[in-house]
Amino acid sequence: MKHIYLDHAATSPVHPEVFEAMKPYYETKFGNPSSIHHFGREARRGLDEAREYIAKSIGASFEEIIFTSGGTEADNLAIIGYSMAHKDRGRHLITTKVEHHGVLHAFEYLEKQGFEVTYTDVDENGSVSPEAIERELREDTILVSCMFGNNEVGTIQPVKEIGRVLSEHKAVFHTDAVQAFGIEEIDVNEIQADFLACSAHKVNGPKGIGFLYAKSGLIFNPLLYGGEQERKRRAGTENVAAAAGFKKAVEIALGERQDRRRIYEGYRKIILETLTQEEIPYEINGDTENYLPHILNLSFPGINVESLLMNLDLEGVAVSSGSACTAGSIDPSHVLTAMCEDESRSHSAIRFSFGYGLSEEDVKTAALKTAQVVKRLMK
Amino acid sequence: MYETTEKRPEETRVVVGMSGGVDSSVAAYLLKQQGYQVIGIFMKNWDDTDENGVCTATEDYDDVIRVCNQLDIPYYAVNFEKEYWDKVFTYFLEEYKAGRTPNPDVMCNKEIKFKAFLDHAMSLGADYVATGHYANVRRSEKGVELLRGKDDNKDQTYFLNALSQEQLQHVMFPIGDIEKPRVREIAKEAELATASKKDSTGICFIGERNFKEFLSQYLPAQKGEMQTLDGEVKRHHDGLMYYTLGQRQGLGIGGPGEPWFVVDKDLERNVLYVGQGYHHPALYSEGLVADNVNWINEEPAEGEEFRCTAKFRYRQKDEPVTIVKTGEGSRVKVVFDEPQRAITPGQAVVFYNEEVCLGGGVIDEVIKKD
Repeated sequence: MKHIYLDHAATSPVHPEVFEAMKPYYETKFGNPSSIHHFGREARRGLDEAREYIAKSIGASFEEIIFTSGGTEADNLAIIGYSMAHKDRGRHLITTKVEHHGVLHAFEYLEKQGFEVTYTDVDENGSVSPEAIERELREDTILVSCMFGNNEVGTIQPVKEIGRVLSEHKAVFHTDAVQAFGIEEIDVNEIQADFLACSAHKVNGPKGIGFLYAKSGLIFNPLLYGGEQERKRRAGTENVAAAAGFKKAVEIALGERQDRRRIYEGYRKIILETLTQEEIPYEINGDTENYLPHILNLSFPGINVESLLMNLDLEGVAVSSGSACTAGSIDPSHVLTAMCEDESRSHSAIRFSFGYGLSEEDVKTAALKTAQVVKRLMK
Repeated sequence: MYETTEKRPEETRVVVGMSGGVDSSVAAYLLKQQGYQVIGIFMKNWDDTDENGVCTATEDYDDVIRVCNQLDIPYYAVNFEKEYWDKVFTYFLEEYKAGRTPNPDVMCNKEIKFKAFLDHAMSLGADYVATGHYANVRRSEKGVELLRGKDDNKDQTYFLNALSQEQLQHVMFPIGDIEKPRVREIAKEAELATASKKDSTGICFIGERNFKEFLSQYLPAQKGEMQTLDGEVKRHHDGLMYYTLGQRQGLGIGGPGEPWFVVDKDLERNVLYVGQGYHHPALYSEGLVADNVNWINEEPAEGEEFRCTAKFRYRQKDEPVTIVKTGEGSRVKVVFDEPQRAITPGQAVVFYNEEVCLGGGVIDEVIKKD
């Protein structure tokens, strides 16, 4: 049976060119970038080239990029690192109800450390309003975090407007851009972001690397203590091969960005049209104007999402429900719960997400199989 | 309900209910060896997340994942917390409230494992569900018969007595004809990750916790008097629901003579009766009336009387009895050949004809010698 992967928002395959770009750093250029010899210098050059390229790709400068183990660490470093370093200036933080757990759970940790956190509501499309954030700002607010694009429903947040609101307040602005990176055009100056977090494995790079953009001059505590890597902001020997792979992945993503967007729009249309033709009732979750084109979240009224996912898997179609469920916990997705009160809608939602290696034919097959399974379960 | 067809193993999809224990691991392993299309599913029926966020279900599911990956079969987890609460736990509390000692495992098999889970498996295109129960099924012209497991010590038909034909039609018990020590051996030989895992004990949702403490979270306890049958007040009890007939532990009555036992309960007056000696006459009865009786194959006609054996508790040896179908719905009268000790309302009474489990019911009344 052919397996069709429609879960690129969870993680994505490493692009063959990325794999090639990484190889030398495992074979011949394996040195430690901190070493003073030839091997060290070769590794350091690879690391610096990656940092330089990635910095430019978002309008940042070289020293503003800190490589981390991934998106979660980057989010934690910004949120926890900054808040703890500035707790004497204020104990109030603002975020939204639809953030990734890498952000939400960092805030929950800070609440235990004595911070007060405001979780801003979203509308039925999952959008945060900049006015709502403005209303919540206080004298003692030191950090605001709002994601760029939502990983579950694809809604793009008005980050530029939020950046503008915050430009007149002392609070710094952090945005989790993990899901939007490589798909949307991102310029940290335009957003007026102070921190921005990204990950490689969502854009056909390797797992185990991400970065935090931290605007020059910002002071924050590290999460890891040890050597002087990343200008003492992130100790530990750098993952040079992964950084080189990350660079290549960004190169490819930037080069193909417009084509990919067009292709994903096409896939989206195939799924929706197929379901309509097959007379399958569905509802789209998320904003239908400002959305990440590679994410399509649909609810099938009356269908049990557990059965649906398992049946699709057995048919060779890999999709996911809002949030990964462990050991059968059915906490409905916090994102869908924040968007609508109708619990049945969040209990019947699945996410299709597109990426490298898919074909129109695959998407069509997957849509037909989805229709088939939904029909069977509707009985 | 669902169609069953004779198919070759390779074409037969079997969903195995996997708990993360050795029995269900071996059940899945044997089916896979026999060439079936096997899918492992972990059921989460109870949320036992503690104050540190630790949940044993997560660890058990991790074991299911390890075994399924060893067997190269797909695995999933399903959640029946709501169904379990509504159908099993509510019943469990109601029975305790009524002063009885319920058996939640019988209800769990009837309503969850062989209903909610079976339905779910069928929605995945399964032909059968399999579990790691020590029991067997025999498909004959009479329909499906439920037979005792080969390991007499482990036989679990007692808990399966409430299953219907429709349910049993889709059931496989791959380890029913194997003895427990051999099951462990098979797990070791196959190097299954759960080969040396300790067997779980007690009622699943209570686990190793203190039963009294657990129950007190859900039901208000009313203290009362502990009396002898002559009305002498010995001590106070903590609430009738905490005691079961024939119980010795936890009474706290000292003094000379034989140890004290719970011999009766008076729910209306909230009195716990105690008596001295394991064989206290008040603990003995001549028969019982069972309610909600399920007959797996043939249902006896009204007024019919017949001989068989019965178990009143799990792991007790069979006792010869005469069954009288009284004609009041699903009630039967069970007359013992020999007086029986500590027959407990709420527990299951299960009937057997040699190896065949005929069915069973819930003990409703105890018939004592006048």
